[in-house]
Amino acid sequence: MKLTNDIRRQLLQNMLMAREFDNAMLRLYRQGKAFGGVYSQLGNEATSVGSAYALDTKRDVLFPMHRNIGSHFVFGQDVDTLMINHLARQGSQMRGTDGTGHYADPAKRIYGNVSHLGAMIPVAAGFSMADQLRGVTTVSMTYIGDGGSQVGEVHEALNFAAVRKLPLILIIENNQYAYSTPNSMEFACENLSDRAKGYGMAGETIDGTDVELVLKTCTEAVERARRGEGPTMVECVTMRMRGHAEHDDFSYVPKVLLEEWKRKDPVENYISKIVKAKIMSADEITTLREKTLSDMIAAIDRTLELPYPEAEEGFKNVFIED
Amino acid sequence: MAVLTYLEAIADGIRHEMQRDPSVFMIGEDIGVYGGAFKLTKGFLDEFGPQRVIDAPISEAAIVGASIGAALNGMRPVAEMQFMDFVTNGFNQIVTVAGTTAYRWGIPVPMVVRGPSGGGVGANPFHSRNSENWFVHATGVKVVCPAFPDDAKGLMISAIRDQNPVVFYEHKGLYRKIKGEVPEGEHVVPFGTVRVVREGTDVSVIAYGSAVHMALEAAIELEKSIGLSVEVVDIRTLVPFDEEGVLRSVRKTGRVVVAHEASLTGGFGGEIVARISDKAFTFLDAPVKRVAAFDSPTPFAPTLEKAVLPNADKVAEAIREVAAF
Ligand SMILES: Cc1ncc(C[n+]2csc(CCOP(=O)(O)OP(=O)(O)O)c2C)c(N)n1
Ligand SMILES: [Mg+2]
Repeated sequence: MKLTNDIRRQLLQNMLMAREFDNAMLRLYRQGKAFGGVYSQLGNEATSVGSAYALDTKRDVLFPMHRNIGSHFVFGQDVDTLMINHLARQGSQMRGTDGTGHYADPAKRIYGNVSHLGAMIPVAAGFSMADQLRGVTTVSMTYIGDGGSQVGEVHEALNFAAVRKLPLILIIENNQYAYSTPNSMEFACENLSDRAKGYGMAGETIDGTDVELVLKTCTEAVERARRGEGPTMVECVTMRMRGHAEHDDFSYVPKVLLEEWKRKDPVENYISKIVKAKIMSADEITTLREKTLSDMIAAIDRTLELPYPEAEEGFKNVFIED
Repeated sequence: MAVLTYLEAIADGIRHEMQRDPSVFMIGEDIGVYGGAFKLTKGFLDEFGPQRVIDAPISEAAIVGASIGAALNGMRPVAEMQFMDFVTNGFNQIVTVAGTTAYRWGIPVPMVVRGPSGGGVGANPFHSRNSENWFVHATGVKVVCPAFPDDAKGLMISAIRDQNPVVFYEHKGLYRKIKGEVPEGEHVVPFGTVRVVREGTDVSVIAYGSAVHMALEAAIELEKSIGLSVEVVDIRTLVPFDEEGVLRSVRKTGRVVVAHEASLTGGFGGEIVARISDKAFTFLDAPVKRVAAFDSPTPFAPTLEKAVLPNADKVAEAIREVAAF
């Protein structure tokens, strides 16, 4: 994929959408309008957007996790659908049975997660396997954290994918913390991508705040998968800039660490780069930001007018009736 | 009609579906070249090739999880657990992912997880378990426990065609011991209907899986010895459960024994008894008795295993008690 200025503008736009969606969810949480866990993706914009952008949204498939709102946007998801799902309003594909980014939208080739970390990685592998059996290559991209990487199913799925040379790409989002637990208490290898060799797959560790680097690395992974060379893991190093979820004051994170990572803000740094390279002017960026924000607010207003689903939905669809 | 063993009938059902529908494939451990630990898939690799008879690493979560993913993408996987005991390692995938997908997404997960369960064959605590009721409580998962070859085939065909995840419990003790006539070709047994395998008027035994055979043996013995007329009802599928089919027999005899090989407490028998108590209390002439395994792992030594598991004598004893009340 040749990095054109048009692509750069799109990367920025998707990152801005992710950030504004995040800001919106934080506001809604404080206003008591968002319930359940509100998991900020602040700091993860470049990883989500750069990775998903490497895929072909018409052919490939996305299995995002809880901090990948940017990936949903890359796959063409609209703000209204996301808001309706997050706030469990009528019109949600999940009918109020579940919320947040857990929905599936087969037409947009997005299959959301369950809460159980790691559980969707074998499922993503199997989705690609179905097409592999039909002689078609469908790349599945999915995500896991520095904590979730320690779940047993991750091991099984990666080994399975490597053995069967499945076109699976696992983005490991190493944002330094798993809830309150730091890397040092989650794993003992140097980089999580060191494990790739043990599975017989490609893997590398990169700066997850650099959207173009994430895109480049993931594009190589997609090409490898399309050549039939199997899965890749890409460890993107970032920082979780807020608590695990909004109830968490993250006082256990050293302030210096947050200050250090604030200088690596993936969105602000990319804006500087784009302005410096004269791809967009500061004014154009301001306009884009304002437009993104006002679109977001409009979608929230529309969503908040919707009622919750009817209670009777709770009794339906435990099984698919033929 | 051909006479097939229970094992051959299951294989016949799967083969029928694989011949009919190219989206059906099998995945499991040692099911290809080796033909499966019990040789159930013998010949499948030659007939269908390695794309449809997939030998997987020893990774039950990956086997079940990949099956779910394939099912979401238009396939109909049949995943083998080498022993049903090892479904514990794939439990999360069935319960957390497969069982919640219809409810949350409205998207079908047409998938079968199948394998040999049950004790009485001198295995050990890890190759003998009857864990079917775990999945009854999971919600969103269908649970099938055939007792006869014809049902095993017909229910397997239904399981593969179902739009929902199905856990299919094959009792390994019946694999080669039980033979019967099985219709050739298309033979569909729908879920959610009991089979009255023996008509009677004095006492009803409600059972499934291996306990159906214990009940039949007890019924024949009691008819011979004391002239008791025992009805045996095989519920065949736990989810969906044919409550009315059970109540019909209860209303007829008014005396009931519920039997299964799984351990007593928290077993499906408790659910059956609760439904009877709720819906047919006034028809009862005696308290309902349950026959089940002792609440322990299934032990290894034959003496212990025999003592802990139910058998025809224990079922007969319960029938006598209920009849004499
Ligand atoms: C199997 C499992 N165990 C525990 C949890 C509860 N939990 C949710 S997120 C989380 C921390 C995850 O950390 P990490 O994988 O690093 O992802 P991050 O939230 O940092 O993006 C925990 C413990 C869970 N969802 N699933
Ligand atoms: Mg983390």
